[in-house]
Amino acid sequence: MFRKVLVANRGEIARRVFRACRRLDVKTVAVYSEVDRDAPHVTDADEAVPIGPGPARQSYLSIEAMVTAARRTGADAVHPGYGFLAENWQFAAACAKAGLTFIGPSPEAIRTMGDKTEARLVMAAAGVPVVPGSPGPVAEVVAAERLAADIGFPLLIKAAAGGGGIGMARVTRAGDLSAAFATARRRAEAAFGNGALYVERYLERPRHVEVQVFADARGAVVHLHERECSIQRRHQKLVEESPAPGLPAETKAGLTAAAVTGARAIGYVNAGTMEFLVDATGRFYFLEMNTRLQVEHPVTEEVTGLDLVVAQLRVAAGEPLPWRQEEILSRGAAIECRIYAEDPAKGFLPSPGTITRLALPAGEGIRIESGVAAGSAVSVHYDPLLVKLIARGEGRKQAVERMAKALAECVIEGVQTTVPFLRRVMGHPEYCRGAVHTQMVEQGVFDA
Amino acid sequence: MPEEIKAHITGVVFLVTAKLGDAVQAGDPVIVLESMKMEIPVEAPRAGYVSEIRVQEGQTVQEGEIVAILS
Repeated sequence: MFRKVLVANRGEIARRVFRACRRLDVKTVAVYSEVDRDAPHVTDADEAVPIGPGPARQSYLSIEAMVTAARRTGADAVHPGYGFLAENWQFAAACAKAGLTFIGPSPEAIRTMGDKTEARLVMAAAGVPVVPGSPGPVAEVVAAERLAADIGFPLLIKAAAGGGGIGMARVTRAGDLSAAFATARRRAEAAFGNGALYVERYLERPRHVEVQVFADARGAVVHLHERECSIQRRHQKLVEESPAPGLPAETKAGLTAAAVTGARAIGYVNAGTMEFLVDATGRFYFLEMNTRLQVEHPVTEEVTGLDLVVAQLRVAAGEPLPWRQEEILSRGAAIECRIYAEDPAKGFLPSPGTITRLALPAGEGIRIESGVAAGSAVSVHYDPLLVKLIARGEGRKQAVERMAKALAECVIEGVQTTVPFLRRVMGHPEYCRGAVHTQMVEQGVFDA
Repeated sequence: MPEEIKAHITGVVFLVTAKLGDAVQAGDPVIVLESMKMEIPVEAPRAGYVSEIRVQEGQTVQEGEIVAILS
């Protein structure tokens, strides 16, 4: 096992990894930017190193600053958490070059899955179903029209360089394609300096279901069941749960088999997540693979009783997978709610500021993963995730009831948060029935 | 009638997408703000010409601050 692990991250996930390290008697190193000097994750670690100014590019996204901090403190491994450098293959390669173990997959696996076009091709070749669409960027409207004939309508136009929904358009009829294509290209060019677009089938009201996979360096690959993550805004998850409610057994079997096949195809090692869209008929399509620990990993831990971060450390240290597939059982139900510093009344716009009051719930089946305390500054520089609230129950109904009660007791003042929205989700009849899909939030199903 | 385009959130100017004198349509991004990892476009409220740009890339703007003028 490692002697000392540096966590190249901040907030709740840094604290989660420190906890796993302590379980294994591994020393911990925190890193922090100038604005995070007093952040809770800094005092949680055995030692802490400043790595630069507030803007992430100059601190948490600086490969050089991270590697220097690890060397200076004598760490022998680096855990990247999620976000920041977690899916940066150059960071994984830089760690290896500096003699540090990167707690995650190989740089090659990160690079392959990070290139969304290549990931699609690799998965399709391995027999994993993908959403029908253009194999690469489409430059001309005539090419888009030709593809549309095969893909069918409705279809989705997306900016290749995209983000934030800019240059994204849904087209329902062939007659609207050329105008929509021109508008999307103009917007993508203006925003990204790159007008390249992708065209793919638009799935009506799909569910987002993902499978947790885990592999060791000796070729063993297992899955840890599925997570339902359909409650999203701007492709960012707000509520996750396991198991996926009402998922037919044959769909689940197909998903988990495809996830293991996909991970095996790229020689994957450590924890990863294969994300899929599932349509109303139960057909599923590969979306992407996250080559890291997922934000929502606690729901999997709650239903399996396993510690994913401890397993990450063990596998990275060269140990075999601690479990065989048949030992990984899912019991009961667990739900996670993400409390973001965002204003749900204003379309989930960021709400930076200072937390003036913080009272978090406690009780049977309730788990809290928090990166903040009263007095914490919530900066414009970082992800707005403040707290993850996890509720476990013997069944889904009990988990929903416990979550609703926990949310009712939750007090966060000083910034706007997603708590009021999350309360409405837990009280909504469609959510309670488990009838969820990825377009519910934007369709205003949970609006006040 | 000139119209002020204001930032609707606090953030850092990630990109200035419009140039002085550009003709823009309603809904076109004039600047893109970055706040809490999100890229948030500040859009032209109507068609017009960009007659003034008051911010630079990397600059922090407060909610309600004027970022550009449309004529």
